[in-house]
Amino acid sequence: MTVDQPRSLHLAAHFPGAGGPAAWSDSPVSSQIDFASFEHLARTAERGLFDFFFLAEGLRLREHKGLVHDLDVAGRPESITLLNALAAVTDRLGLAATVNVSFNEPYELARRLSSLDHLSSGRAGWNVVTSSDAFTGENFRRGGCPDRVDRYTRAAEFIATARELWDSWTPDGQPRPIFRSGQHFAVQGEFTVPRSPQGHPVVIQSGDSDEGREFAAAFADVAFTRHGTLDAGRAFYADVKARLAAYGRQPSDLKIMPGVTFVLGASDAEARERAAAIRHEQISPERALLVLEQVWGRDLSSYDPDGPLPEIDPEPDVLLTQGLTQTGDPLETAARWRELSRAKGLSIRQTVIEATTGQSFVGTARSIASAMADFVSQGAADGFLLVPHLTPGDLDEFVDEVVPLLQERGVFRTCYSGTTLRAHLGLAQPVWKG
Amino acid sequence: MSRTRPLHLAVALDGPARYDADHYTELVTLAERGTLDFVTLGDSFARPGLDALAVLARVAPATRRIGLVPTVTTTHTEPFHVSTAIATLDWVSRGRAGWAVGVSATQAEARLFGRRPAAPAEELWREAGEVADAVARLWDSWEDGAEVRDAARGRFIDRSKLHHVDFEGTRFSVRGPSTVPRPPQGRPITAIDITGAGAEGRRTAARYADVVFIRAATPEQAASLRATVHRDAEAHGRDPSSLRVLLSLAVDLGGSEATPEPGLGGFHSRPRLTTQGSYYSGGPVELAELIGKWHGGGAVDGFHLAPIAPHRDLERIVNGTVALLQHRSLFRTFHPGGTLREHLGLARPANRYALSKGNS
Repeated sequence: MTVDQPRSLHLAAHFPGAGGPAAWSDSPVSSQIDFASFEHLARTAERGLFDFFFLAEGLRLREHKGLVHDLDVAGRPESITLLNALAAVTDRLGLAATVNVSFNEPYELARRLSSLDHLSSGRAGWNVVTSSDAFTGENFRRGGCPDRVDRYTRAAEFIATARELWDSWTPDGQPRPIFRSGQHFAVQGEFTVPRSPQGHPVVIQSGDSDEGREFAAAFADVAFTRHGTLDAGRAFYADVKARLAAYGRQPSDLKIMPGVTFVLGASDAEARERAAAIRHEQISPERALLVLEQVWGRDLSSYDPDGPLPEIDPEPDVLLTQGLTQTGDPLETAARWRELSRAKGLSIRQTVIEATTGQSFVGTARSIASAMADFVSQGAADGFLLVPHLTPGDLDEFVDEVVPLLQERGVFRTCYSGTTLRAHLGLAQPVWKG
Repeated sequence: MSRTRPLHLAVALDGPARYDADHYTELVTLAERGTLDFVTLGDSFARPGLDALAVLARVAPATRRIGLVPTVTTTHTEPFHVSTAIATLDWVSRGRAGWAVGVSATQAEARLFGRRPAAPAEELWREAGEVADAVARLWDSWEDGAEVRDAARGRFIDRSKLHHVDFEGTRFSVRGPSTVPRPPQGRPITAIDITGAGAEGRRTAARYADVVFIRAATPEQAASLRATVHRDAEAHGRDPSSLRVLLSLAVDLGGSEATPEPGLGGFHSRPRLTTQGSYYSGGPVELAELIGKWHGGGAVDGFHLAPIAPHRDLERIVNGTVALLQHRSLFRTFHPGGTLREHLGLARPANRYALSKGNS
């Protein structure tokens, strides 16, 4: 008789810092910049035997109506430097960050990532992001506004160049020069760093477009997604995994990890109450108006957040907020929100709370563990990127209460069996191309 | 009085390239035991080695007091990244970061980037000055207290305390503000080695450096160089007492085990000037004599020692030279302060944007 082996899952911890609507007014709130906050989250993740710790990137502070946006948590460390410091206070935990290829050169970034891999004994990961954002480009020499259509070919060439550099030393420790002259990069000469413990740091991709999915299938070891529901997750999972064969890769060569949030409670009802309270705090009256202005493209500061939605229509093509990706057609969104408001009799603030993304997993530790295991067994994910809501301290709850239940179900490791991030993810060492 | 001027000591960790963190952690821990002001680690795209800033960030949590000063090059890198990386080193070390400004002048380095041809050193040092300026403006772009966490008004930051820097250089521009809040030291320490940096390098040092490395074979020569640095800084409107001039000295303490080599002057307390700069060969005790004499005579504010054999020589510096200087009350026996600025006796700088608001 064959017994279905439960599929083990992978876990990563996202630092809830700048940029997101973290409910920072809750107290006690730890700092978004002091090293102690990062050290705490990383140590907690390692205590919970997580695959890796993850840092997002922001290269320009958001501006709204021409002024620096002041409602969100702002201020963050430079990621690679921070990860090197975290390598000193952790032993096994993978250390990954987003680094935008539009504002970096392959030689320098490949060297920084390889240095991190050496200094962490094989725990480096890189979320490859590409941008055509002229607003952010104003902080950089190169401006960084490559043609939108060129974004993915440039990113592909960037990764290929980085991998060539990572492979460039011989196994007996001699540098070999590379000669690369591509459409976007011309790199000639020797790399200053021998091949690193993982061979290549783990490559992560997080775009959801058709091009983004193809890119993940071709290049990535891990794909982050926003598909938080079981059905959407299964569709995405099947689609991306099916694309791997065209690149001579196995489905298991790419791990799919949706970014998810969680709210724990002693009972499911208590968890739901807590989740509602968190949403209420995240969407302050000021934020509700801001979110509305982002959709409407108009100054709505005269409106009462506790009053009805504006009668006037959105101004299409007006972007009041810079440094934020616009999703969806504003007119359509506005129509949907008005309908929601009418149907349920909701104010501006209540509508925004209702309409914007809520929590993925809400319930007792047992129900969350069960839901996560189901996600994986039903082919919607290989694991999860957990985004704590309030402070890094929230991850402690998850590690103390949910991880033991995942282990009990046989879907999560009870010790680290390897030392590198590739080993945690069950990924093979890349072939050393000479 | 020059006699009571505190002595500053730094040590370079350079040597044959190493790729493991433990090697560097051991060296920095040893230097910290010797209560040195800071360590430096050189960097270049032209020879094997890890990213120096990464190495010192890796070492930071394993140490508590010692300053960490990696070389960061300015020719092929983005000034914005330079600024945020050093600011982050300052955050993870809780106020112990600095950087030694470097340029990449060779054609071989230019080919690794394929963006621009190699340029004359003068031009690169002029640009390095612009980078140092832009980097420091970005550090100031968040005023202290910009983070208000005003729950009643829903404001996390007071945006009137964040500033666009709008820096326009000859070859780059940066809008700002930084994405990293103002670092613990306000501005991490900027160090510049003026040997071989030409007139533009000296000018950049006079305008932007907190620490200047010089090379000299005699105390008189060192004193004259220090006076020139002070005069140039004054010409740029700076107070010379806000600069620390350290003599870079390659040291080979292996000689204490053997008879002196002919031609090296035996154990005489006099550095030899070689193509690499000044060079000392002898014993740790004689090195302490030399340091005491030159510093006491007012020639320099301290020394930046570069051991020929990092492990061996650093151990002898700490256990021999430093121990003797401490015994003679010429050097601190513990770090009374927590930040590199405090070790160097340099005040935390006022924020230029807060000042200009106050004046207007």
